[in-house]
Amino acid sequence: MNPLLEREKGLLELERRIEDLRSANEGQRIDMSAEIASLESKYRQLLAEVFGSLSPWEKVHMARHPRRPTTLGYIAGLDAFDELHGDRMFRDDPAIVGGFARLGGHSIVAIGQQRGRDMKENLARNFGMSTPEGYRKGERLALLAQRFNLPLVTFVDTKGADPGILSEEHAQSEAIAASLEVFAALRVPTLCVVIGEGGSGGALALAIADRVLMLEHSVYSVASPEGCAAILWGDASKADEAAAHLKLTASDLRGFGIVDEVIPEPLGGAHRDAAATVTRVLDRIGAVLDLLESFSLPDLLNARYEKYRRLGSWRDSLATDGAP
Amino acid sequence: MPMADWLRGGRNREKVRDDAAQWVKCPSCGEVLYRPDLSANLDVCVRCSHHFRMHAHDRILSLIDGDFEEIARGILPADPLSWTDKKSYPQKLAADAAKSGMDEAVLCGFGSIGGYELALGVMDFHFRGGTMGSVVGERLTRLIEAATERGLPCAIFTASGGARMEEGMLALMQMAKTTAAVVRLKASGQPFLTVLTDPTTGGVSASFAFQADVILAERNAMIGFAGRRVIEQTIRQRLPDRFQTAEFLLERGHIDGVVDRPNLKPTLERLLGYARAGMQRRKRAELSA
Repeated sequence: MNPLLEREKGLLELERRIEDLRSANEGQRIDMSAEIASLESKYRQLLAEVFGSLSPWEKVHMARHPRRPTTLGYIAGLDAFDELHGDRMFRDDPAIVGGFARLGGHSIVAIGQQRGRDMKENLARNFGMSTPEGYRKGERLALLAQRFNLPLVTFVDTKGADPGILSEEHAQSEAIAASLEVFAALRVPTLCVVIGEGGSGGALALAIADRVLMLEHSVYSVASPEGCAAILWGDASKADEAAAHLKLTASDLRGFGIVDEVIPEPLGGAHRDAAATVTRVLDRIGAVLDLLESFSLPDLLNARYEKYRRLGSWRDSLATDGAP
Repeated sequence: MPMADWLRGGRNREKVRDDAAQWVKCPSCGEVLYRPDLSANLDVCVRCSHHFRMHAHDRILSLIDGDFEEIARGILPADPLSWTDKKSYPQKLAADAAKSGMDEAVLCGFGSIGGYELALGVMDFHFRGGTMGSVVGERLTRLIEAATERGLPCAIFTASGGARMEEGMLALMQMAKTTAAVVRLKASGQPFLTVLTDPTTGGVSASFAFQADVILAERNAMIGFAGRRVIEQTIRQRLPDRFQTAEFLLERGHIDGVVDRPNLKPTLERLLGYARAGMQRRKRAELSA
């Protein structure tokens, strides 16, 4: 069940009435602009009401919205992009795209997880779930960024790594583990944007970075809510409950220090104004790259280590008496 | 700390053993085994060699020559998400502590195996299914960092259902944290070994478990990224029994070897020997340079 549909019903109804009035207004002598303006103000009010108070489960659906901009949407907004393909070993995984790119004054390598925007494309891109070949391609392109001494920008948008027989046979664990190693120590500035859903180790494989940015209604979670509910309670249908527990929203993760910056979305979500969202995200990427370029590489690498070193929550029962 | 004292201090371990039934049925061959005999045989069935899941204390006892210097034992779990489902997260932790005699899912420290000093981390499936939360990540990171500082090899025995759900994203981030420490250890020239025991999955298999220089696995251990149930639900068919076993991974080229438990200590000794030989060559080269 998509809980967003229910909440959007009132909005869609208003949209229809405004549209009707507008077309009626055009052919008529009676001026209905006052009524239209009143409905429009009502619409904006309802929009703010609905999207100002989304539950975590509703945010999961915002993050998965079919019209939400995907990696290729952001790539289309770059000043140049030259796609590179394949893992050099077995195949080219369409669930991960990447290549050289230009953004303003920056030459970069960009890599992102690509889900489909409809069923046909989703089947082609395996719903954005990478196989080991995808992670190996990502790893190869990350190392290429290092080789060419260019900053790396990644876009995260995946439910998680592909859970299939072939992926296991091709060592999904090793592919993700190796990618983590490369990203942890990559000798160029790295920046990650969580643009949709960040699911589990499959997302993290592209998400260790000097700065992690996250769109306001994106989610990023240790497991998909469905997966978490299945693991803990043997019942994937309790995903809404799991979502409420997992603290997977951008503001939660900003609070934990896992995310460095939350990028606001247009009222009603990124999909209501994809062009504005893409522009805003690319602007922030440019600004953060400017900032990262001002640090020396050793400082950057130390700061990256310390940032992840600090993450976690525990108590030290022996700390008071000075014991190890 | 002398081994005997360490074991005594090792969480009401004796009590756990007293309460436990003295007879165990082998899940593989059905043989009824007397628990003290089973323990004396490294928790391996005398009849069919089925490897029972081992407690971390027993594992350390079976490998380490003399004393074991445990580190980071004061690091204990918090409840960052204030998680409650049927029970609260602290209640779950307390229940597992009482049952397993562990206060978290990993023990870390320094000791020697066959005269080779090393940093050793041992995960324990009996505590929260060996899941990795902040404490597992922090204890292991301290171990790996200490190995790097002291210039010692590091070995980790894995047993884990993956990341710990009740700590949410902070659990997932332990993959990044341990990875960063592993990268520094390897860059320092020290060897990193893992022994994958039953089961090793999810966030643990997709991080340090598969980042080692040499990866061994225990006989018949279940090892994989996605859980068997998840895959079966996705593809809507039953997986072959051997799928994701240590032997299956060996055939596919994912791991270096499958080792029976009694052979683990001698195997590790030989590997540590090769590593030391390499370090000595490096030192000689530095001296002559």
